[in-house]
Amino acid sequence: MNQARPAAAAGGSGGSPPGRQSGGSPPRGTWTLHPSEALLKVAERTAKRSRSTGRRRLVLIIGLAMLGVAILAIVGAPLLVAVSPIKIDVLHPLSPPLAGGHLLGTDQFGRDVLSRILYGGRIDLAIAFGATSVTLVFGTIVGLVAGYFGGWVDNLLMRIVDLFFAFPFLVLIIAIIAMLGPSIFNMFVAIWITSWVSYARIMRAQTIVAKKQQYVLAARALGYSRLRVMFRHIMPNTVSAVIVFSMVDAIGNIILAASLGFLGLGAQPPSPEWGTMISDGQNYILSSWWIATLPGLAIVFVGVAFSLIGDGLADILRPGDR
Amino acid sequence: MSRFGTLPRRLIHLVIILFGITLVTFFLLRLIPGDPALAILGSSYTHQRATAIDASLGLNKPIWTQYGLFMGHLFHGNLGYSYFYSESATTVISQHLAPTVFLVIYSAVLAAVISLPLGFISGVRRGGIVDQSTRVFFTISFAMPAFWLGIILLLVFSVHLNVFPLSGFGAGIAGHLYYLFLPALTIALGFSTVLIRSLRAATISTLQAEFVDTARMKGIAYSKVLRRHVFRVAVLAVVAVYGVNLAYLISGTVLVENVFSLPGLGQLLVNSVSNRDYPVVQAVALLFAVMIVLINLLTDITQASLDPRVGQEIGE
Repeated sequence: MNQARPAAAAGGSGGSPPGRQSGGSPPRGTWTLHPSEALLKVAERTAKRSRSTGRRRLVLIIGLAMLGVAILAIVGAPLLVAVSPIKIDVLHPLSPPLAGGHLLGTDQFGRDVLSRILYGGRIDLAIAFGATSVTLVFGTIVGLVAGYFGGWVDNLLMRIVDLFFAFPFLVLIIAIIAMLGPSIFNMFVAIWITSWVSYARIMRAQTIVAKKQQYVLAARALGYSRLRVMFRHIMPNTVSAVIVFSMVDAIGNIILAASLGFLGLGAQPPSPEWGTMISDGQNYILSSWWIATLPGLAIVFVGVAFSLIGDGLADILRPGDR
Repeated sequence: MSRFGTLPRRLIHLVIILFGITLVTFFLLRLIPGDPALAILGSSYTHQRATAIDASLGLNKPIWTQYGLFMGHLFHGNLGYSYFYSESATTVISQHLAPTVFLVIYSAVLAAVISLPLGFISGVRRGGIVDQSTRVFFTISFAMPAFWLGIILLLVFSVHLNVFPLSGFGAGIAGHLYYLFLPALTIALGFSTVLIRSLRAATISTLQAEFVDTARMKGIAYSKVLRRHVFRVAVLAVVAVYGVNLAYLISGTVLVENVFSLPGLGQLLVNSVSNRDYPVVQAVALLFAVMIVLINLLTDITQASLDPRVGQEIGE
């Protein structure tokens, strides 16, 4: 795309100026876009792109660092906080942050908020990785098969995908959990059932484009088996799109886990989870703001980390796209 | 090819999808492990009640007969019977419909008002102050759970500044607009992230199109080029995103209604889950799905009538 632009601009400068400036060299300024400006614009665009590539790599590193900090804190929770997340202290309920040896205060039962945030993150991050990776793999394979085989296979699979897209995601998940009963495992099941469809749709579109490209035709001409063409040739060249999307999806799944916890359909008390903590804290929001707000900040922190990783990966894996 | 291109084919797809939706919602009830009657009745289980429920759910008949009955009831507008409210699910739903519909429309409009200027300016002044600040703000808000954002807005505007009411639906249109402002804003902010990003991307790629340079070289003022040439094309590209993401918006209403205690379908859905009122859960899911399918169809038609190229693109 960008390569074509200097040629177009140069063509403009070689041609005659527009009719209304008949005679003499056109004074600079009567042009809304002088051809030389057009060239300059192209140069600037290119420069900006290479500069932003470096910045985006930095973005990726910051994102990875943030996620690393979060994972370390959550895995190393027993080393960081001495108090158990479910230890009730009836003498010190609702004590504000920094008071009485509780860095982030206590909730209505006197449980340490910091400890609950760190331990609670285990559930949310488990969803981010556990639910997302399964749907990523399954959806990618479905999309690959649908795109490569085409015909009735494609038609059938895509109608199923359309069907899932017809439901508002959260409503379908709630309905499934309603039937199975609220629990963390059923939350996983509901996400596995429903959210592979986005991956399938993205991967199918990528595969259809790749199928017509020369390297695939070459592989097929060499007589490689369908499986080999699909998994060894098409997949490595197209998988970046779904990987980038999986970062967005991971944020979605964390928010989903928290939302279900908030609605009382995910993690059940007393096990700590960010969404259930926010839901608990909402009742005390007038007097004790920290119970509801701090777990939310934890979600935002992890979410921004995934978001930055996704942005950085997008640039490194698909350099031509931006 | 006609102006509406692939619309007939889309209508056939629509019928298939609607059929599939009924299948999915029908089999939802089948997901209940063990005895549905036991799950519905819980501790108030007696043998008579269980047989009554089995009969009313048709569980004593073969499965395809059950599906036939379900479809028969559906065509008569019968979505099942609510055990908790002791009323038909249709009645229960119609009592909860108004706040949700109002909230959906309100937040969709609010999202458009927020995103159109911000997305377009971010695209035109790429890297400028509007672009940078919206990007930072919406990267963060993308990672925010809607219900948490709602609580924060409540804390700031209702508790500390005392500008908006804590909960309730209000009376009359003006009352609704006032009472539902914070809930609608909560949903709209989440929705705007997607809209701003796609409008920004569409604006950037439109600006690089040859016709923009042509227009400028013809001597048309830049502001006019932006308004008449770039904005129109860029917004067209976002119509599809807008329609498709209304599904996201509806998910948002479920959460936000629970934060702001609005007596809408979302609250009904969650309450019905904890009341084990499965027919209502089934009916709400069905209703939401049909709403989404119709919105998508509307989006397709809007797009096809705005942009003649679209029909061909969809049909390849």
